[in-house]
Amino acid sequence: MSLVTDTSVRSEENFRVTRSRRNVAWTGAGALIVVVVLALFPYIVYSGTTSLMVQGFIIVILASMWNLLAGYAGLVSVGQQAFIGLGAYFVLILAQHGTSPFGGLPIAAIGCGVAAVPLWWLVSRLRSGYFAIATWVMATAIMLFIEKFPSIGGGTGMSLPGLGGFDPTLLIAYTYWIGLAVTVLALVTVYVMLRSRTGLVLTAVRDDEVAARSSGARVGLARMLVFVVAAVGCGAAGALLAISQLIVQPGAVFTVQWTAKMAFAVIIGGLGTIEGPIIGAIVYMILQQTLQSYNAWYLIVLGLLAIFVALFARRGLWGLIDDRLNIRLFPVGYWLWTPESGGRRGPGKRAIRPRRGGHHS
Amino acid sequence: MSERTDNGNTPLLEVRDLTVHHGQLRALDHISLRVFPGEVYAIIGANGAGKSTLLRTIAGLHHPTDGAILYDGKNMTRVRPERRATAGIVMVPEGRRLFGSLSVEENLKVGASYARQGSWTIERVYELFAWMKERRTQRTAQLSGGEQQAVAIGRALVANPRVLLLDELSLGLAPVVVQRIYAMLPQILATGLTVLLVEQDVSQALRVASHIQCLLEGHTTLEGRPSDVTAAQVEAAYFGLAGAAAGNPDSPGEGSEALWPGSTPSSRAS
Amino acid sequence: MAWVNAIIQGILTGGLYALFACGLSLMFGVMKVVNLAHGDLAVIGAYVALGVITVTHIPTLWSFVIVVPVMALLGYGLQRTLIQASLDRGVLTTLLVTFGLSVVIESGLLQFINADSHSLGVGEAIVTGSFSIGSQIQLSYLLLLIFAVAVVVLLGLQYFLSVSRYGRMIRAVADDQEAAQLSGIDYRHVFGIAAAIAFGTVALAGIAYGMYSQFSPTTGTDTILLFAFAAVVIGGLGSLWGTLLGGIVLGVAQQIGAQINQSNQFLAGYLVFLVVLALRPQGLTARRAQS
Repeated sequence: MSLVTDTSVRSEENFRVTRSRRNVAWTGAGALIVVVVLALFPYIVYSGTTSLMVQGFIIVILASMWNLLAGYAGLVSVGQQAFIGLGAYFVLILAQHGTSPFGGLPIAAIGCGVAAVPLWWLVSRLRSGYFAIATWVMATAIMLFIEKFPSIGGGTGMSLPGLGGFDPTLLIAYTYWIGLAVTVLALVTVYVMLRSRTGLVLTAVRDDEVAARSSGARVGLARMLVFVVAAVGCGAAGALLAISQLIVQPGAVFTVQWTAKMAFAVIIGGLGTIEGPIIGAIVYMILQQTLQSYNAWYLIVLGLLAIFVALFARRGLWGLIDDRLNIRLFPVGYWLWTPESGGRRGPGKRAIRPRRGGHHS
Repeated sequence: MSERTDNGNTPLLEVRDLTVHHGQLRALDHISLRVFPGEVYAIIGANGAGKSTLLRTIAGLHHPTDGAILYDGKNMTRVRPERRATAGIVMVPEGRRLFGSLSVEENLKVGASYARQGSWTIERVYELFAWMKERRTQRTAQLSGGEQQAVAIGRALVANPRVLLLDELSLGLAPVVVQRIYAMLPQILATGLTVLLVEQDVSQALRVASHIQCLLEGHTTLEGRPSDVTAAQVEAAYFGLAGAAAGNPDSPGEGSEALWPGSTPSSRAS
Repeated sequence: MAWVNAIIQGILTGGLYALFACGLSLMFGVMKVVNLAHGDLAVIGAYVALGVITVTHIPTLWSFVIVVPVMALLGYGLQRTLIQASLDRGVLTTLLVTFGLSVVIESGLLQFINADSHSLGVGEAIVTGSFSIGSQIQLSYLLLLIFAVAVVVLLGLQYFLSVSRYGRMIRAVADDQEAAQLSGIDYRHVFGIAAAIAFGTVALAGIAYGMYSQFSPTTGTDTILLFAFAAVVIGGLGSLWGTLLGGIVLGVAQQIGAQINQSNQFLAGYLVFLVVLALRPQGLTARRAQS
């Protein structure tokens, strides 16, 4: 009896598939307001806070990129600092040859994307865990290589030329606005990518790689694209770092601690969601500020928290929020409405929700 | 579901109302069976009927959504697979699943790691399969399919089980090889084992079994002794056609209706 | 002749690297875990040895008697709890958790001890100093001892895995976890044993490194993990003796690089690693390409 009803075919009008549950125009307007408000910050707050916000932007950008890699493409990279460093050094080299660092930022970012292609070819020959360490080796090798050139500071680093003519407060403001622009661009890029065909391929691979490959999805290409985009993003963040610090030191830009920061931010915020990295970056900044006087404590706390979340709250803070409120600020999945859910604006609980992030391996 | 009793004995292995899901798909729907000591109980059915899932769930590799598994009267449903093996329920898995980097003898030794007391030893397995002793240091990848199946059975035997679960022995093997393997069954049974097997080859199953049960899409469509069922009934139960009801002694014996595959009167009754 | 010396030094340091690497290789081979905290565990071993020596004043060479069992126990415990919980949740979680562990360990060491470098020193007269062959070849007794220990450990591991009951079970579980369960084996316990062995070797590696060179909280990731990993990949995933070969190749590459220019030492090693990765990713000992 139950078997018969389960397999009968229902009329098509009773099923609907939508991109989002609520009207995404609302969240779009909200996001725009947030951006505008943020853009006004330099006029409202002290430059100390503005500087802090720049640090926050860097973390948001990095976290979004790491999330793209690990949460959507399943690539755990422990070597993204390679591109942070490369981005910083590209800006340095360009500045030494007369290009303003602000103008150099996009060039540096693209340069990192170009560098990512041969690097991908190398490291993609390994899987998961070994891939991770290979990226780490890649970053370390690049650092050691760069340290050999005294013209860009060798092992001790060099200050960034080309920004000396600016008034300090104005410089911070400009840096802030560039940072805001890059952050928005990064988030929009991630959003667009995931809604595109590539995003569909990635989600399919994440769910079932064999099935995805056999249905013709270009898995390798999708992964490489993600790696390149992440390199561009991290490169931009590195360039921003150089501009905000006004000095480029190999040990500081190539340290694996950057991976720790972005990974922990993403894990705590919510792996596999776009909102997660933002939340995670906020948590990171709060922890860093409150525990700053305690040296290495904030990394200990962050690390322990990340381990705990990875084991027991896999979808992170955003996952917890999302469970309660059914919000999706950046809709990238689909909602299926069945007849029981009562039509257009029926209770969300009856809709079949899109699969959430995080690797199901 | 018929209540099988065997002169008041308790079944060695009993499955009650077992429901198992693979993700969202329901693989088994309220399946019940009873296996008594010394029996050869055969489960038959087409691909996807749920046979292997049933065996794997009994072995502990799969968690049921509902229902119970009882062994010697004790509820085993929550017990881990390795504990079931040491208790006496040992499975020869589908596809042999030998340890590829180990030799024949090492495979047997591993099978004997936590063996129970009993008459089966590695030497005895060598007696059962005459060719094995000579090749005992070879890697299992170098053996033929039938030889690998023999090693897999031997690996299970040296653990001295009480219930031997055989999952699709005939898979990928030539018929003559399959027959030779099944010809060993009496020797195995003679040592006091009980066998629950899953088999796609229906005629082979009917030849060796003392009791059969047919599954279709997770339901039982037929159950009884081979001598009590006709070929037509088995065929009907296997494919889910009308007329399967007559094979089940407890069925209400409704008239034959052409129904949606799987929705036979007997499947509804179970 | 200086080159010959460099090559010999490289071969001997290969033993040290093999000690680093065999634990990593074992954990990956048996439970498919790439332990990103591997290097930091070696450093913990070195710090524990330092503590034991300071407190009990036993000779440095004998510190392993206490440190190795302690670390092995730690390995079993960590595996049965944290790592098993991560494994149950997937490969990604395992990587994230071991990475988190690595950061926590390093930050913890920085916080509770300090950032200074320490050395276990050598103490005993037996292994201080070196002897010379000809005018250019210097063989340090310590390095020879470490190489010998590495060979002994690898031999011991190989013997254990091929002959003993637990070794067989470990290989069986590595081949097919489910089939092993069907034979009555609790694979979580077997994983624990493998982890205990891996942690034991890593403790030895840490002590060896502490005697040979200096260590600090970040040595685990700066040096040890990457070298161990490079040795494993160059030698060939899944091969124990491959880690020795890989270690030797790495060591020789480093020494040759150092001969050219002292600052090139580590870079040369990584370059060789990248070359192997590009041309023969399955490593030097593997017979077929990895999937």
